[in-house]
Amino acid sequence: MNFVVPDFYPAAAEIFVAVMALVIMLASTFARSIARSLAYYATQATLIAAAFITIYTMQGEPVYTFSNLFISDLMGSFLKLMIYFSTAIALLYGRGYLADRKIDKPEYYLLALLMTLGMMVMVSANHMLPMYIGLEMMSLALYTMVAFDRDSARSTEAAMKYFVLGALASGLLLYGMSMVYGATGSLEFSAVAQSIYNQAANQTVLTFGLVFLVAGICFKLGVVPFHMWVPDVYQGAPTAVTLMISAAPKLAAFAMAVRLLIWALFDVAEEWQGMLMLVAVASIALGNLAAIAQQNIKRMLAYSGISHMGFMLLGLLAGVVDGDRHFALNAYSSAMFYAVAYVIMSLASFGMLILLSRAGFDAENIDDFKGLNRRSPWFALMMLFVMFSMAGVPFFIGFFAKLAVLQAVVAAGYFWLAVVAVLLSVAGAFYYLRVVKVMYFDAPVDESPIHAPAEVRVMLSANGIAIAALGLAPQMLMSLCAYALLGSL
Amino acid sequence: MTDIPLLSLAIWAPILGGLLVLATGSDRNAPLARMLALAAAVVGFVVTIPLYTGFDTTTSAMQFVELGSWVPRFNINYHLGVDGISVWFVILNAFITIMVVMAGWKVIEDRVAQYMAAFLIMSGLMNGIFSALDGVLFYVFFEASLIPMYLIIGVWGGPNRVYAAIKFFLYTLLGSLLMLIALLYLFMQSGGSFSILDWHQLPLPMEPQVLIFLAFLIAFGVKVPMWPVHTWLPDAHVEAPTGGSVVLAAIALKLGAYGFLRFSLPIVPDAAHELAWLVITLSLIAVVYIGFVALVQADMKKLVAYSSISHMGFVTLGFFIFNPLGVEGALVQMISHGFVSGAMFLCIGVLYDRVHSRQIADYGGVVHTMPKFAAFFMLFAMANSGLPATSGFVGEFMVVLGAVQYNFWIGFIAATTLIVGAAYSLWMYKRVVFGKVANKHVAELEDLSGREFAFLAILAFCVLAMGLYPYPFTEVMHASVNELLRHVAVSKL
Repeated sequence: MNFVVPDFYPAAAEIFVAVMALVIMLASTFARSIARSLAYYATQATLIAAAFITIYTMQGEPVYTFSNLFISDLMGSFLKLMIYFSTAIALLYGRGYLADRKIDKPEYYLLALLMTLGMMVMVSANHMLPMYIGLEMMSLALYTMVAFDRDSARSTEAAMKYFVLGALASGLLLYGMSMVYGATGSLEFSAVAQSIYNQAANQTVLTFGLVFLVAGICFKLGVVPFHMWVPDVYQGAPTAVTLMISAAPKLAAFAMAVRLLIWALFDVAEEWQGMLMLVAVASIALGNLAAIAQQNIKRMLAYSGISHMGFMLLGLLAGVVDGDRHFALNAYSSAMFYAVAYVIMSLASFGMLILLSRAGFDAENIDDFKGLNRRSPWFALMMLFVMFSMAGVPFFIGFFAKLAVLQAVVAAGYFWLAVVAVLLSVAGAFYYLRVVKVMYFDAPVDESPIHAPAEVRVMLSANGIAIAALGLAPQMLMSLCAYALLGSL
Repeated sequence: MTDIPLLSLAIWAPILGGLLVLATGSDRNAPLARMLALAAAVVGFVVTIPLYTGFDTTTSAMQFVELGSWVPRFNINYHLGVDGISVWFVILNAFITIMVVMAGWKVIEDRVAQYMAAFLIMSGLMNGIFSALDGVLFYVFFEASLIPMYLIIGVWGGPNRVYAAIKFFLYTLLGSLLMLIALLYLFMQSGGSFSILDWHQLPLPMEPQVLIFLAFLIAFGVKVPMWPVHTWLPDAHVEAPTGGSVVLAAIALKLGAYGFLRFSLPIVPDAAHELAWLVITLSLIAVVYIGFVALVQADMKKLVAYSSISHMGFVTLGFFIFNPLGVEGALVQMISHGFVSGAMFLCIGVLYDRVHSRQIADYGGVVHTMPKFAAFFMLFAMANSGLPATSGFVGEFMVVLGAVQYNFWIGFIAATTLIVGAAYSLWMYKRVVFGKVANKHVAELEDLSGREFAFLAILAFCVLAMGLYPYPFTEVMHASVNELLRHVAVSKL
C-alpha cells in the first residue's frame, strides 16, 4: 500500500489558522497576566495573515487536494476573505463589550478562530464529509460562544436551544448525505453530479436525501420553517456573539448551499428550486411581518435576517428555468452579492447596538435608540444608512442587492414571485422606518453620552460609509462575486 | 459651453452643499449653516440658468447629455439629459429651493443645519429625477428623494408628523417598487438595456404593455397624487413644515406627472390609448370631487393640499387627451402650479409663524393689520383660481381647450374647476383676510418683514410674468411635445 503525501499548499490558510489556534491556546495558558490582549491581538493578526495567505495561494483554476476532499477555488477564496474580514470586524466591535461584562477570556478568541476554521473547511469542502466536519466545528464553537456569559440564564437557555436544534439539523443533514450516498454511491460532489447525470441514481432515495439536505441548509441559513432558533438565539446571546452569528456563518451557509445544491445536485435543480421557492416566500413573509411586532431590536434584526436570507434564496432558485441554464451565473452571483451585502449591513447594525451599550447596560430595545440624533448625530446618520439600506432604498448597497436578485427572478420569468417579494418588503420597510423614527423624531430617554472605544467608533463609521459608498459604486463587488463564481461553476 | 456638465452640477452642487451644511453641526453654528445653505441654493440655481439660455428649441432631442458607465454588470449608465419637457422643472426646482431656504431662515431654530441640508439634498435628488435617462438612475433618485422628505416631515412637522411621514414613505415606496419590476421587465425585453430612450423604441405586445402601464400608473399615480391614492398628501402637507409643503407641492408632485410623460406614454403608447379612459375618469373625479372636498376644509393647508390634487387632476387629464394643447397646457399648469402652490404655502406659513394656527376660523380681518401681505395673498389666491393674466389661467385654459377638442363633455366637466377653484380659494381668502379683526392674535399681527416681502415679491413677479407672457415656457416645450405625441400615435404592437 503506497502512501501519497497530499499537497498541503492549497490548504495553507486552513493549516495556518489551525496551528495558530493551538499556539494561542498554549500561549494564553502560560502568559496569564497578558492573556486577554495577547489572545485578541494574536487572533486579529492570525486573521489578517490568513487573508494574505489566502490571497497568495489563490489560483484561477480550481485545485483539488487531500484525495479530492478539499478544493481551493476562487469562490472559496473570496468567501474566505469575506469571512476573515467579517470575523475580524466582529471581534473588534465586541472586545469592549465583552470586557465590560468581564467575559473577554482568551478562550473566546480561540473559539472565534476555531469557528473561522470550521467555516473555511466548509467553504473549501469538495466532499460531504469535510463539509460536515467544518459545519460541526463552526457550530460547536458558536454554541459555546452563545453560552459564554455563563451566569446569564438567558444566554444559557439560548445556547441550549441552539445546540439542541442545531444538533437536530446536523442529524437531518447527515441523514440526507447518507441517502445521497445510497442513491449515487459517492459523497464527492462531482461524482454525485456525474452519477445523477448518467441517471444511475435511484430517484426516490435521491429526492428524499435532497429534502433532508435542503432542510439542513435552511436551518443553517435560518429560514422558515427552520427559523425558530433565530430570534431566541439572537436575543439571548451576548450582542458581541449575536454579531458573530449573524455575519460570517451566513456566508459559510451560502457556500454550503452552492456546493451541495449547485455542484452536486444541479441536475435536479428544478426539484430543489421548488422547495426553495416555498421557503423563500415564507421567510420573506414571516420575517417581515413578525419583525413589525418586535420591541426588542435584536429580535427585530433576527426576523429581518430571516427575510433577508429568504431574499437571498430568491437568487439561488432563479438559476435554471425549464432546463435552460444560461441564467445560472447571473442568478447565483446575485445571491452571493446579496449575502455579502447582508453581512456588511448586519455587522453595522449589531455594531450600533454595541456602540450604545456600556457596562451594566445592554442596548437591545428599539426605545434605546430614542433621540439618538440628539445624542450623536453622526452615529444616527450611520444607523439611518443601515436601516435604509436594509429596507432596500437607494443609494445604499441594500438596494443593489435587491435589484440584482429581483433582476434574476424577473429574468427567470417568476413575475409573481418578484411582486410578492416587493410587496412584502414594503411591509418590511415599516419597521426599518420605525427605527429611523425613534432616532430622529423622538426625544432621547437616555441622555448619557456614548462611551465606546475609539476603534469601534472609527470602524463603525467606516462600516456605515461603506454601505453608502458601495451603494454609489456597487460594480466592483458585483463583478468580484460574478468572477469568483465563474471560476467555480 | 456644452463641455461643462451642467446637469451633473445641478444635481451634485446642492447635494455637496447640503453635506457641507451638515458638517457645520450643532445649532451654535446656525448662522453659518444658513449662509452656506443660501449660497449652495443660489449656486444650484445659477448653474441651471444656462440650461435655458443655451437650450435649442428647434429640436426634440435630449440636450446637455452626459453619458458614463455606472454599473456595467447590469449595463446601468449615468445618463443625463433634458428636453423641452424636463428642462423647466430642473430650473423651477433650483429656484424653489432658494425660496425654501429663505422661508426657513428665521422660523427653523432647531437643528438648522440638518433642515437646510435635507432640503438641499432633496433638491439635488429631484434634479436627478428630471434629468435621468437611465431607468435605474431615475429609480434611484426617485426613491432616494423619499429619505430627506421623510425626515423633513418627521423631524420638523406638526403634532401628527410621525403618522404622516410613515404614510408618505410607505405609499410612495409601494408604488415605486412595482415600477421597479416593470423596469426590470423592460430591461429583459430590450436585451439588457436600462436606457429610457431605447425603451421608447421597444416593441411590446399588448398584454405586457397593459401590465407595465398599470405598474407605472400606481407608481406615478401615488406620487401625483391621483384619486383614490391621494390620501397621503393632505396628511403630509398639514404636518410638514412650510418649506416641506412648498417642496412637496411645487416639485415633488410634478415627479409623478413627469413620469407619465417620460415613461407611460412613450414606452407603452398602446396601453396608454387603451386605458386613457381610466386616467381621464380618475382625473375628472380629482378635478371635481376633490375641488368640492377642498371647499369644506377648515384648515388652510389642507385646503391648498386638496386644491393641489384637483390641479394635478387637470395635468393628468391634459396628458391623456393626446393633443398638443392638452399636453402643453398640462406642462404649463405644472410649472404655474409650482409657483402658485409654493406661494400659497409660503403665505400660510407667514400667518402660521405669527399665530401658530392654520385654522381658517382663527383668522379674520388680517387685511387691517397686514395690508402688504393681504395684497400678495390676494394675487396668489386669484392665480390659484385661474384668473386671467396670472399663470394659473394659461395652463387651465389650454387644457380646457384641448379637452373640448377631444370631447365636449370632458372639457365641460373640467371647466367647472374654474368655478369651484374660485369658490374655495376666494372664500378662504375672504374668511381669513376680510371682515372685522377676529381676535387679539390677529390684532397683534405684524406685516411682512423684508425677507418675507422679498420671496413673495419674486414669486408674484413669476406668477404675473408667466400669466402675461407664457411664450418662453411654451416655446421650449413645443418641439418635444410634438415629437412625443407623434411617437405616442404610432402603435408599438
